[in-house]
Amino acid sequence: MNTIFDAKGKREGKVLPALDVPQQGLEKLVPDSLRRSRKPRIPALSEPELVRHYTRLSKLNYGVDDGLYPLGSCTMKYNPKVNEDLARLPAFAGAHPLADERLVQGSLALLHEASRYLCNIAGLSDITLQPAAGAHGELTGMFLFDRYFKERGESKRKRILLPDSAHGTNPASATISGFSTTQIPSGEDGMVDLVALQETLDETVAGIMLTVPNTLGIFEERILEITQMVHAAGGLCYFDGANLNAFLGQARPGDMGADAFHFNLHKTLSTPHGGGGPGSGPVAVSQCLVDFLPVPRITKDENGYHFDWNFPHSIGCMHSFYGNFGVILKAYAYILLLGDDGLHAVSDNAVLNANYLQEQLKKTYRLPYDRLCKHEFVLSGEKLGQGITTLDIAKRLIDYGFHPPTVYFPLIVHEALMIEPTECEGKETLDRFISVMEKIALEAKENPELLHAAPQHAPVQRLDQTRAARHPILTYPFDEPGT
Amino acid sequence: MTYPAQFRYTKEHEWVSLEGNKARIGITQHAQGELGDILFVELPAPETQLEKGDTLATLESVKAVSDVYAPMSGKVVEVNEAVEDSPETVNEDPHGKGWLVVIEVANPAQVDGLLDAGAYEKYLSDE
Amino acid sequence: MRYIANTEADRQAMLDAIGVSSLEELFNDIPKQVRNRYQPVGLPERSELETVREVQKLAPLNAAWQQYTSFLGGGVYDHYIPSVVSYVTSRSEFSTAYTPYQPEMSQGTLTAMFEFQTLLCELTGMDVANSSMYDGATALAEAVFMAERIVRTDKVAVCRSLFPHYRRVLDTYCQAAGIKVVEVPYNHIGRYDTDSLPKGISALVLQNPNTFGIIEEMNGLKEQLGAALLIVAVNPISLGLISAPGEAGADIVVGEGQPLGLSPSFGGPFLGLFACRKQYLRNMPGRIIGRTVDAQGEMAYTMTSQTREQHIRRGRATSNICTNSTLCALAAVVYLAGLGGDGLQELALLNLEKAHYLAKRISSLPGYSLAFSGPFFNEFVIRVPGDPQSICRQLTQEKILLNNPSSLSELGVEQALNFAVTEQRTKEELDSLVDVLRDVT
Repeated sequence: MNTIFDAKGKREGKVLPALDVPQQGLEKLVPDSLRRSRKPRIPALSEPELVRHYTRLSKLNYGVDDGLYPLGSCTMKYNPKVNEDLARLPAFAGAHPLADERLVQGSLALLHEASRYLCNIAGLSDITLQPAAGAHGELTGMFLFDRYFKERGESKRKRILLPDSAHGTNPASATISGFSTTQIPSGEDGMVDLVALQETLDETVAGIMLTVPNTLGIFEERILEITQMVHAAGGLCYFDGANLNAFLGQARPGDMGADAFHFNLHKTLSTPHGGGGPGSGPVAVSQCLVDFLPVPRITKDENGYHFDWNFPHSIGCMHSFYGNFGVILKAYAYILLLGDDGLHAVSDNAVLNANYLQEQLKKTYRLPYDRLCKHEFVLSGEKLGQGITTLDIAKRLIDYGFHPPTVYFPLIVHEALMIEPTECEGKETLDRFISVMEKIALEAKENPELLHAAPQHAPVQRLDQTRAARHPILTYPFDEPGT
Repeated sequence: MTYPAQFRYTKEHEWVSLEGNKARIGITQHAQGELGDILFVELPAPETQLEKGDTLATLESVKAVSDVYAPMSGKVVEVNEAVEDSPETVNEDPHGKGWLVVIEVANPAQVDGLLDAGAYEKYLSDE
Repeated sequence: MRYIANTEADRQAMLDAIGVSSLEELFNDIPKQVRNRYQPVGLPERSELETVREVQKLAPLNAAWQQYTSFLGGGVYDHYIPSVVSYVTSRSEFSTAYTPYQPEMSQGTLTAMFEFQTLLCELTGMDVANSSMYDGATALAEAVFMAERIVRTDKVAVCRSLFPHYRRVLDTYCQAAGIKVVEVPYNHIGRYDTDSLPKGISALVLQNPNTFGIIEEMNGLKEQLGAALLIVAVNPISLGLISAPGEAGADIVVGEGQPLGLSPSFGGPFLGLFACRKQYLRNMPGRIIGRTVDAQGEMAYTMTSQTREQHIRRGRATSNICTNSTLCALAAVVYLAGLGGDGLQELALLNLEKAHYLAKRISSLPGYSLAFSGPFFNEFVIRVPGDPQSICRQLTQEKILLNNPSSLSELGVEQALNFAVTEQRTKEELDSLVDVLRDVT
């Protein structure tokens, strides 16, 4: 059974409780014209089949629990299991978002405490927990900037500056919010070119969006100058927090000049990626943006915790309710588990592991920026062998049981390979990864076909992406199941 | 390969074929190879006015989106609907059936700033 | 508690290999000024035991839900969630996996998302669906943005009878994007007012069932809209019974997928549903999974049409969305596959009958009546003979959960309460509510 739709025949299906109230009848309650004419083709599987099917599918996947996942800028760290149990506590899992506030003081307290800790980690004044992902946080930040300038009567500030190493969500978030984007080149040192920055700063600039450290894994050493320059020109500074693992517990974006900063709880704060989500992207802000934060805000007084909607300058609501509570809870527990010492140890070990890998791998791979990195670094897959690409290297890693690093990003490095081990990996794993990478580099010279044909030892081989795009089959082809 | 002598070329890998006051434009063999299988072609609306350097068309492959830039200023008078339906034509015959757009040039002298076949081939081998 | 595998010896060996003498040296690139400003959060490191205790201290500050009877709705319903759902989503190969950019190692997630897309299309009658958005409200906002891109008009018409939280998010997004929102009122039977459809709009947004629980009439609506798109927000369980918007010519369908196997979890994580007609595929936001073959001709799944997305199109992407709600979508697939089409229909019927039983019984109490006469699914509005806030408080004291009446009065429905009924509400619970209402002062 490739998909549930391939299940043949009609089963007895799930047993639901019998109707215990007098039946009035569908025909009486819902007129014919409002009823669906065609039954949805949803198969009913027996529970054993269901479990076997999804168990089989799970074995075609690879998670952090399976092995190293060195995806740059994704921070694939270990997801503590205790967090899963805590999120499932009936008191929290069973709380309806529209329940009377007196009945959910525990949930409100958790959100309030989590807010406090996250603000402290960021070194900023206040925070919204509503954004459901980093990109959602970016959008929130852009909406906040937009409102800030509108209220100051500075609506000609419509440009957002972005380094050329920016993650794709950054320009996308800016343009959706009605800003235009100006790209700032990186210098030879991989950092923002301050001369280019100064040249473009004028009264049409709303602000800058920076990832710190940047996507090359390099910390912007002149970060204070950058933020000062932007502020002096009347703009604001948004920091994309995807790379917080690089300085967690040691430095704070608020101290670097950030006006808005989003967390990726599903990266730095250990909540599971889920195969693509759900995440959570809280946005912490400096004093100048506090008035515009989304509502409701959670306040505390002598009577307890309250939903407060009375913020006339608020941008409104970014989420149905209060954010991804179930995800925030896990991050909150993680912060409690680690404490200050633990948070500090995260960045210590993450940066140490990355530098160790970089030092060893630069012997065999091209390292465009040969200097100490932070929690991640970028290699280039160029010049390894005739016709060998980063893609080939990535696919060959799969044959050795490793998930490939991030490939072809950032765009400023040709054939980029972005590697982030996280703090959770031990030297033993790192050494194994290094030796496999060295082996692949050798194969690239001596037996390139092994790379071109890779992966050979995965559940499937390389896929025909062109066919997928040219002849899209986006739902189960009921009429031609074998397609 | 040898590039058609009657065309002119840009460093952004477009070719131009001057036909009186009209210029037929496409991408070069090299460019289609770099892009990979082209899946979608977005062409401008007829009558669109373009300055040299404006985005003329967009080509999508599986993993990338590439802009094609106007090598000369002019007004779009014809677009190749056939490649909208069969984008693979651009891969198969980039210098012939895979043409993209015909523009009515504002200033035919702009063609002098473009590379001839020999210069383009040299540019490719230097890259 | 630390999740770190390195030993002290490992660390020393690595420092030596790098050629630095201390960990401190690795942080010299951060300006001293910044490092000196750092202030700790003020938390000790805790063992797992202590952390559990700390978090559990907050639990009793919430009501003990098992002692309460819930009639709360608003897109989030108290449906029964079979154990198999969390069993599957807890498998770490699903929960700890990344976004499936490397399809060869992600066929589990990709296959399940292909199933999810298919299920959504079957339920809604649409051609294509993405593999989730954050929640129903943001899915709706993205649908409006998509309509604006297609029709190129910066005005959208929205039925007043949307969930208040949908409307708030939509207003926020539209305000920032410069899209004008015009309202279509509801009539006396609780449906949108057909005489008030505005012109010159990119889309009409309709919720079905709407916030009053009323089932809207969608037939013929698309024809009245001209070039404007029809966007319908749905309750997926209701689609076991009521018309699929695709059958009525809807262009985009969105919704909240929480009823499909997700706990209420104080509002998140939830599941944004998004489906549309195939001619709009290139404009659709979010990840889409497609079927293809591998180098050996074996059937396989992959992310496709990625050129719409931010990692390729960047500033010109159809959306900035990256992380979505994949694991929640997996829950929904398992939930639906366990029910089947017949089971879903039966489940919807249970919801319908129980809700109507309760509505009938309540409206036979003196002073109580149905606010709207339109047909409804599992949620309805009752006019009450007194201060609804006071009645609400008294019901809460009797451990009955219902929505604050202010969300109704915000929409111009005064002196009323709304109730949602699911298959979990027994006859005893329903009768008990009626008894309490009868005795209320």
